Amino acid sequence: MSLARRRAVLFLCALCPVLIVAVGISLNVGATGVHLTALWHGGLHGGIEAGNSADRVVLTQIRGPRVVMAGLTGAALAVAGAVMQGLFRNPLADPGLIGVSSGAALATACVLVLGGAWLDLGAGGGHVALLSTAWAVPLAGMLGSFVAACVLYLFATRGGATSVSMILLAGVAFSAFSGALTGILIFRANDTALRDLTFWTMGSFAGATWPRIGLLCPFLLVAGWVTACLASPLNALLLGESDARLMGYPVERIKRLAMFAVACAVGPAVSFVGAIGFVGVVVPHLVRLVTGPDHRLVLPGSALLGAILLIAADTLARVIAMPADVPVGIVTAVLGTPVFVWLLTRVHDRERLA
Amino acid sequence: MTLSLRNVGWGIRGNAIVHDASLDFEAGQLTALIGPNGAGKSTLLRLASGLLPATSGTVSLGGAPVATLSAPGLAASRAMLMQDSPLRAQFTLRELVAMGSHISAPFLSHATRMALAEALLERVGLAAFAGRDVMGLSGGERQRVHLARVLMQLESAVHDTDKAPGFLLLDEPISAQDLSRQHLVLNLARAHAQKGGGVVLVLHDLNWAAACADRIVVVHEGTIHAQGPPEQVLTNKLACHVFGLEEGRVRQHAVSGKPYILPHDMMCGSLS
Repeated sequence: MSLARRRAVLFLCALCPVLIVAVGISLNVGATGVHLTALWHGGLHGGIEAGNSADRVVLTQIRGPRVVMAGLTGAALAVAGAVMQGLFRNPLADPGLIGVSSGAALATACVLVLGGAWLDLGAGGGHVALLSTAWAVPLAGMLGSFVAACVLYLFATRGGATSVSMILLAGVAFSAFSGALTGILIFRANDTALRDLTFWTMGSFAGATWPRIGLLCPFLLVAGWVTACLASPLNALLLGESDARLMGYPVERIKRLAMFAVACAVGPAVSFVGAIGFVGVVVPHLVRLVTGPDHRLVLPGSALLGAILLIAADTLARVIAMPADVPVGIVTAVLGTPVFVWLLTRVHDRERLA
Repeated sequence: MTLSLRNVGWGIRGNAIVHDASLDFEAGQLTALIGPNGAGKSTLLRLASGLLPATSGTVSLGGAPVATLSAPGLAASRAMLMQDSPLRAQFTLRELVAMGSHISAPFLSHATRMALAEALLERVGLAAFAGRDVMGLSGGERQRVHLARVLMQLESAVHDTDKAPGFLLLDEPISAQDLSRQHLVLNLARAHAQKGGGVVLVLHDLNWAAACADRIVVVHEGTIHAQGPPEQVLTNKLACHVFGLEEGRVRQHAVSGKPYILPHDMMCGSLS
């Protein structure tokens, strides 16, 4: 094994304990002042006393799912970003390019602005509502993101061949159009819906619960499995589609699977926690600085680092303005934007030298 | 084995780039495709590789149409070097060359794969750079790394399955090479043919084509204008008609007996 490769593998191994520490710290801090030791004492004393059990609820039902959700979302966004950057052969590509984020945003706006009426009507009329808002929003978001990805795929596919640059252009157009439709909905929205929607676009893990994580997991498992199969083909795709095809790679199937994996990873995650920017762009690039371009290292590295960073960002979001809970999207954008600009200048410098 | 094109045509928006081309490339033979810019040589090569699906006619390899062959089977029996590769990733030379063999020889052990890659880098004269980053190479070096990758695709398959070496399709493989590396690259192509593989080269240097090819195919305005051994094909009439040279530019080499061409009058020392 070469020196560079050994360093890359070492880096991946080092990320695992960092992740465990991040989870520990994140569980340990929060507005209620409960510490991890409570769980320990609770365990020792049977956990029946009222004080202890309240502390345990904080840890297992509030912070626990929140940390897990942050970790899963971070991993999903970062891996999806790495896949997109490989697919577009552009280090600045982002999972939002295939319309999943804007599709989810539009669907969420629809439910919050238009759907509120019939959801409330159902509950107010003495009937059990078909879906509570807590579930209707993420389910609509998922539907929206999958529809968006399918529409873009169909747009960009002619005669069995998908044009990557068409996905890019149609993605920009689709984002603008769904942004406009969302704007119309915002214009019609009442104050509550407006507030909900605004907070959705900033992203938060405050609504994380175990059942939601349970719904998210199957999607992430499928996405993770497909992505693992794509690592080596994505390497070949970096040589260009023609060379990859000449080497025997099924290029059209790779593009289809990559879009499917990204939609599966990002759509559900974004639907549950809202739009969280920059993780998808920045994390794979940071990983690539250490591991080089090989996707067999970039993909697992992105999953680990994405989870770590989003758990850290969520911890920060909880503690900067205690007891208030700052939307995590603000934290990632405030921290991510300078890094993004630095990456842009770095890429620019390299292209000028090349 | 034969790679054959039967009445093959390809066009874009009603413009025929290649029409009604019929050719047979034989294993063990080195064929040079020559012709002016825009004659359709690269398109013909892409059609032969199966990269472009022919709009009419059929391309077949060993009797089976390439469209019906499995992607790994096709990858093991033909490889193609394109004029340029848009690679923008910092793979090492070793990784890039090894990448050529992942589909054509999937069952090689990691150690064997790397040993084959190193040996190929040695043969293209880049062994010293094996651990370096491809992005830092010069144009000519990069062209030779890709040649090594293309050879890797076929030779790893031979290593893996013990079948005959496949067809090597090279589009202007010496365009970025200095004189001694032009020798090196054409010798590698020649060696592949001697091992029983088929070689098809697009060349612009007619003297190299005359010196190294068993057979020359002249492509002109999208059709096969002439084909045969260099002595029969490279005539004054062809040089006039296809390349627009004056009469009498094609001479016969005193030692080899092969035709050679003086593109302009060297004696006058001017290009006019």
